[in-house]
Amino acid sequence: MKLTGADILTRFLADEGVEFLFGYPGGAVLHIYDAIDRQDRIKHILVRHEQAATHAADGYARSTGKPGVVLVTSGPGATNAVTGIATAYMDSIPMVVITGQVPTHLIGNDAFQEVDAVGITRPCVKHNFLVKDVKDLALTLKKAFYVATTGRPGPVVVDIPKDVTADSVDYVYPKEITMRSYNPVVKGHTGQIKRAVKLMAAAKRPMLYTGGGVILDNAHKELAQLAKKLNAPVTNTSMGLGGFPASDKLFVGMLGMHGTYEANMAISNCDLMIAIGARFDDRVTGNIEKFAPHAKIIHIDIDPASISKNVKVDVPIVGSVSDVIKSLLREIKASEFKPNKAAAKGWWQQIDEWRAVECLKYKTDGDKIKPQFALETLYNITKGDAYVTSDVGQHQMWAAQYYRFDKPRRWINSGGLGTMGFGLPAAMGVQLAFPKATVACVTGEGSIQMNIQELSSCMQHNLPIKIVCLNNGFLGMVRQWQEFFYDERYSHSYMDSLPDFVKLAEAYGHVGIQVTKPEDVEAAMKEAFKLKDRLVFLDILTDPEENVYPMVPAGAGLDEMILI
Amino acid sequence: MKQKTKTDEEGMRHIISILMENEAGALSRVAGLFSARGYNIESLTVAPTEDVTLSRMTVVTWGSDEIIEQITKQLNKLVDVVKLVDLTEGPHIEREMLMIKVRTSSNDSREEVTRLVDIFRGRIIDVTATSYTIELTGTGDKLDAFINAFEKTPILETVRSGISGISRGAKNLHI
Repeated sequence: MKLTGADILTRFLADEGVEFLFGYPGGAVLHIYDAIDRQDRIKHILVRHEQAATHAADGYARSTGKPGVVLVTSGPGATNAVTGIATAYMDSIPMVVITGQVPTHLIGNDAFQEVDAVGITRPCVKHNFLVKDVKDLALTLKKAFYVATTGRPGPVVVDIPKDVTADSVDYVYPKEITMRSYNPVVKGHTGQIKRAVKLMAAAKRPMLYTGGGVILDNAHKELAQLAKKLNAPVTNTSMGLGGFPASDKLFVGMLGMHGTYEANMAISNCDLMIAIGARFDDRVTGNIEKFAPHAKIIHIDIDPASISKNVKVDVPIVGSVSDVIKSLLREIKASEFKPNKAAAKGWWQQIDEWRAVECLKYKTDGDKIKPQFALETLYNITKGDAYVTSDVGQHQMWAAQYYRFDKPRRWINSGGLGTMGFGLPAAMGVQLAFPKATVACVTGEGSIQMNIQELSSCMQHNLPIKIVCLNNGFLGMVRQWQEFFYDERYSHSYMDSLPDFVKLAEAYGHVGIQVTKPEDVEAAMKEAFKLKDRLVFLDILTDPEENVYPMVPAGAGLDEMILI
Repeated sequence: MKQKTKTDEEGMRHIISILMENEAGALSRVAGLFSARGYNIESLTVAPTEDVTLSRMTVVTWGSDEIIEQITKQLNKLVDVVKLVDLTEGPHIEREMLMIKVRTSSNDSREEVTRLVDIFRGRIIDVTATSYTIELTGTGDKLDAFINAFEKTPILETVRSGISGISRGAKNLHI
């Protein structure tokens, strides 16, 4: 039976197992929206701005592991989506974004709402397609999902001109696809696995440094086995938090610019670093010359281009993280590997000394709410089991430090691109995927205003998100840098003319609570989280002068931290 | 595209041959990758192969071993790239074609140009009362030498194809 391109699209998405389509209508996608109205297999989630559609799909993808799917119109619809696409690209999140396009005969004519969506998105997608003939539509969509979800995942854009959505052709769901130009490696090289295990056997001060790749590949169980086997300390990047339980005694916290003292010191002193699904980002390494200066490095990553990009490694292993760790565990067993107990004792003693510094301790001040205290309270009230999305800035780092994630896919933040405005729409995607779960959006008064219009979407779709806004009246991270490095010249980092967030939440039909005193934080949070079916906006007025510690200043080595 | 002459500290010159899907936008993906990541391009050529679904691209670039490794990895990562080879890793042949138009308003100049064309084994492919157009194929160095040989004869126009390369022997870049 012949179907229009628009009907093929909705049928395909349903056949592909897509639950939610995050989008916003417009001229070029009107046929598609008409087709959406004719079916009930996929649910469309209307947002208030296309950027939020991409972040919501992103939050859905990060929390479920399934690809997030977005539909936007041509022109401004596509350009508004770009920030969200770039956010997903930097963090390797599987996403398929369908952009409407002007009819094929008008392409290149500067038609109304025309942009070169394929050209604009090219540097921030894993791949993109322009569909010029309805005959190619189903297969192109299949390719898009295949590319987005395999290998190192990432966003894929499919640009569909309006006439293609009106034309008709027979539809058959393409179950399988192969592409001669795209064959991601899965299995690690046997010789490299053997070499890696030899280094592990010889190591006296081994260390595991793991990133988002462990979470993307669902390799947390394998990682836990490897860590136990090696009796090695584990540090996570911000993207990798939850990939290893924070409550495990082998965990030394996050590393990098705002990493713990023990993690950064262990990195600086280890003799073997096993990097897994992490990419040696500049926020992680600090001064690259001083990074892990005594260590041999094993680097496991699915993306060959990530290996030896920033740091030259000794044993690169390209492959799926879970598959490679399994091979390592088999090889460890086969090689009668024995950890060096005496060396391990000394190494752990040293680590415990670093831990005793208690770098995350903070000064309390009677009448000011410390942001760290607010996040510790959040952790306690939610029993450490909430999905926590965050925006970008100081609150993000404090959440990463003080909310101790024991499970993967619970910590949802824009690590690579650092996109303010990510938190609330991402929380929408998470709450849709897990309607009964507790979802907290940790944000600041700066970030929340970058996508605050989504409070309306939350009302429409009944999303009882708890917004924990650490309101210090400053763009805190900018203020902190200005304090440290610009002689306290606070140029434009003060948030003037703030709205009354309680009234604002109420105006959108939600509940707003303002907290001004430390002794009220716990009660307010308890009250908020008790309201299971309401969105609550907690406006928590925190100490405006608090800084994030430890801090590795730009250009310094990880062992040159500023402690409180 | 940034044109620069190579020096030793800038690393070795490499010729990378790429087989890609013959899709719209394939060229801009490669060009975009080079500009976004700040890699050097000396020349870039592209045309379909005997299999019309595939294009072959030749990129001449230079950089340290680490940069060249990143370039090949990043190119391989492009979804449209089927296969690639760094020709400079083994024995190979490189060729470039030049077309040059020179002013030949006197008998003397016509004779001199004809002599030069013979010496360099070029071909005169178009003639007017006042000009000769010459075609010459060879390595980039040879083409440079030919252009520099026109001391007295005014050059009206030149166009170069950019480098194409192929490996020596039976080894081949094929799928």
